Amino acid sequence: MARQTRSEEMTAAKVEIVIVEDNPNDAELILRVFRKHNLANQVILLRDGAEALDFFFPPDGAARATAAVRIILLDLKLPKVDGIEVLRRLKSQEQTRGIPVVVLTSSTEQRDLQDAYDLGVNSYVAKPIKFDEFAKAVADLGLYWLMLNKLPAR
Amino acid sequence: MNEEKVDVVIVEDDPNDAELIMRVFRKHNMVNKIVLLKDGAEALDFFFGSRANDHPKVVLLDLKLPKVNGIEVLQRLKADERMRNIPVVVLTSSAENQDIKDAYQYGVNSYVTKPIRFEEFANAVAELRLYWLLLNRPSEAPGSVNAARRSE
Repeated sequence: MARQTRSEEMTAAKVEIVIVEDNPNDAELILRVFRKHNLANQVILLRDGAEALDFFFPPDGAARATAAVRIILLDLKLPKVDGIEVLRRLKSQEQTRGIPVVVLTSSTEQRDLQDAYDLGVNSYVAKPIKFDEFAKAVADLGLYWLMLNKLPAR
Repeated sequence: MNEEKVDVVIVEDDPNDAELIMRVFRKHNMVNKIVLLKDGAEALDFFFGSRANDHPKVVLLDLKLPKVNGIEVLQRLKADERMRNIPVVVLTSSAENQDIKDAYQYGVNSYVTKPIRFEEFANAVAELRLYWLLLNRPSEAPGSVNAARRSE
């Protein structure tokens, strides 16, 4: 894995981790935990559902930059387009269906859980309220999807 | 009818692998109820027969199974509105690209290859257990019958 210091400098084609999160504190915590575990080399942070859709379904036929994505961490309560809608789009298209999506949200409402699973989410993780538990959850989550889970060669 | 609710379903025909997986899952003194099914037909009977109302937290599914193979079991589970929201992790020795691709297209939640060395296999199962029993939050209810319509 090539070292890369700042996610914003990444060439999009190599993005491995996509974080869709509008809360800057949560986003910062996730990035920090990934960096600490050397998982953050190829991260892109998207701040609302519209940015997420633009990334995965580029407008005006721009090149798709998702070939290396191994995991999408998706918040549900997002500005512009909500997370459930982003999930629906990702899982309804053959090209994006195989990319693992983990919903990472503060919502534990059964309605959200059910919608997410019905639409084919790979995993649903509720954000722990306490800071250190949140950090532990993010670390476990990152290690699982980046180290243990296997994807097809693309 | 007074049977305990099942938390973990393991579909595995290799007795050594099954033994290792069961041992790791039981090691941590958790009270989860585990069911071991030894081929794909037993798996289909379990999910579409007497235990159709069970909603396990995770299914660990081997691919190369007698009678009905694992891909077929996966396909049936994910095509069923009531079953599709049960997390299914394929746990297999196959690292063939076609198997991995098929599994994701049919909606597998995760795909993990069995490490060859005993210790690494045990570690992988321990990670699986931690993730799917402690970190992932399952849906408490069976899938909605309107799921297919809603996702269109």
